[in-house]
Amino acid sequence: MNLLHPETLVFWTTLFFLLFLFLFIKLAWKPILKTIKEREKSIEDALLEADKAREEMAKLKADNQKILNEARAQRDEMLKEAKLLKEQIINKAREEAQAEAGKEIAKAKQVIQSEKQAAIKELKNQVSELSINIAEKVLAEELKDKNEQIKQVEKLISDIKFN
Amino acid sequence: MNYRFFTYIFISLFLASFNLSAQTEHNGEAIHHEEQAAVHEESDGDKPYDPTELINHHLSDSHDYAFELPFIHKTFHLPIILWTKNGLTIFSSGEFQGDEHGEVIVEKNGQKFKRIHDLIVYADKVGEHVDPNEVTLDQRPLDFSITKNVFSMLLTFLILLVVLLYTKKSYDKNKVPRGIASFIEPLIVFIRDMAKENIGPKYEKFVPFLLTVFFFILFANLFGLIPFSPFGYNLTGNIAVTFVLAVIVFIITNVNGNKSYWTHILWPPGVPVILKPFIALIEILSIFTKPFALMIRLFANILAGHTIILTFVTLIFVFKNWGVPFASGFATIFMYISELLVAFLQAYVFTLLSAIYFGMAVKEEAH
Repeated sequence: MNLLHPETLVFWTTLFFLLFLFLFIKLAWKPILKTIKEREKSIEDALLEADKAREEMAKLKADNQKILNEARAQRDEMLKEAKLLKEQIINKAREEAQAEAGKEIAKAKQVIQSEKQAAIKELKNQVSELSINIAEKVLAEELKDKNEQIKQVEKLISDIKFN
Repeated sequence: MNYRFFTYIFISLFLASFNLSAQTEHNGEAIHHEEQAAVHEESDGDKPYDPTELINHHLSDSHDYAFELPFIHKTFHLPIILWTKNGLTIFSSGEFQGDEHGEVIVEKNGQKFKRIHDLIVYADKVGEHVDPNEVTLDQRPLDFSITKNVFSMLLTFLILLVVLLYTKKSYDKNKVPRGIASFIEPLIVFIRDMAKENIGPKYEKFVPFLLTVFFFILFANLFGLIPFSPFGYNLTGNIAVTFVLAVIVFIITNVNGNKSYWTHILWPPGVPVILKPFIALIEILSIFTKPFALMIRLFANILAGHTIILTFVTLIFVFKNWGVPFASGFATIFMYISELLVAFLQAYVFTLLSAIYFGMAVKEEAH
């Protein structure tokens, strides 16, 4: 390579390089770099947003789970309470029924008892009346004869024991 | 998109062999085909085929623009802009009629000029057979011509501008990259992230510069590999171009240097006081060696790549053996693929090292 007149290329290279450096900066590098930067930022933002959304989603999911769990717990508790209440009610009802039945029975028993007493009393009265009537008839029959009367008195007297 | 891109590359590789052979030039007269080259050489028997001149011609700058497509060869004359003792002088390079041996003398603005190889000199101050490397600054005007490389650079920047405007436009309708933006955007993000990693929190103000350097070097490297006009130039393999890039990196680094940066250079901490002046001397030297290494690395890599590819191609004409085209064609394809890698790699390395130097300049002390 001959480099006989270096000033030519030194001069023009300097001139062209600086001129085009200026032109490129104005027309190309600034807008292009700006676009690239903006796009990178928008991509970054989009990714960040997606991450955030995902996080929120996870949080929401966790919240849902929590709410679900709470609801389940509440339901369980309610069920438990209801069961307890049911048992209580049944028990109470049973007790009441038993008490009522007892009362009824007692009443019935009392009625039966009093009826029985009345019946017995009546029976006694009738029996005593009957027996007096019978005794009257028997006595009247037996005491027709004098001997017989005496015999009877004697027998009665002998029956009486003195204690 | 990527598929089409690679298709172009492979078509380029295929075209490489016969197109590069077409770059054989003799006094501005393009020789189209292998056979013609041979015929020419036979009729010009005393002048043997000189691959060095061909390769040198490709790698050097020129005032004439040889437009070469397969079967289409046309030389365009670029404007010559000179800063002479009588002020600015502008004329077409066509006035030299393709002469590069100081035979045609052009009179403009009251002064006589002739062209020796690629150098325009004052005709009255330089003798007939002078080595152009020995011409001093008072024997020639300052040359600010639109040369082949200057034109190629402008073309590269314009294509880059169009590509970037398309990229930007694709964002107007939709924030999702489409079309060419889907190829450019990953590179932009790649460079931006690299800057962030190496420069630290203050990276943002350096990103536009790093992107410009990266894309310019990348496009110049890649276009330099496309073996037909208006591409196939040797821009990043020219030390003047890499010199300017390195100087800009040097200026940005040192203008942005903070207190910690200068302390590390002038009064390095953690070093015995006796040693401090010596370390400082080395550090001051390193301010200059870092961009110098940048300049040399890019220049040497691209120049070497072009030289090797051209060497393989010229081997065909040197050996004139039917087996050589196959071997050197294969080697050329191999070199092309590795140069494709180098094109990306060197653009990245230059940008990465620039970012690291900026990082050194702006990073707060973190020991």
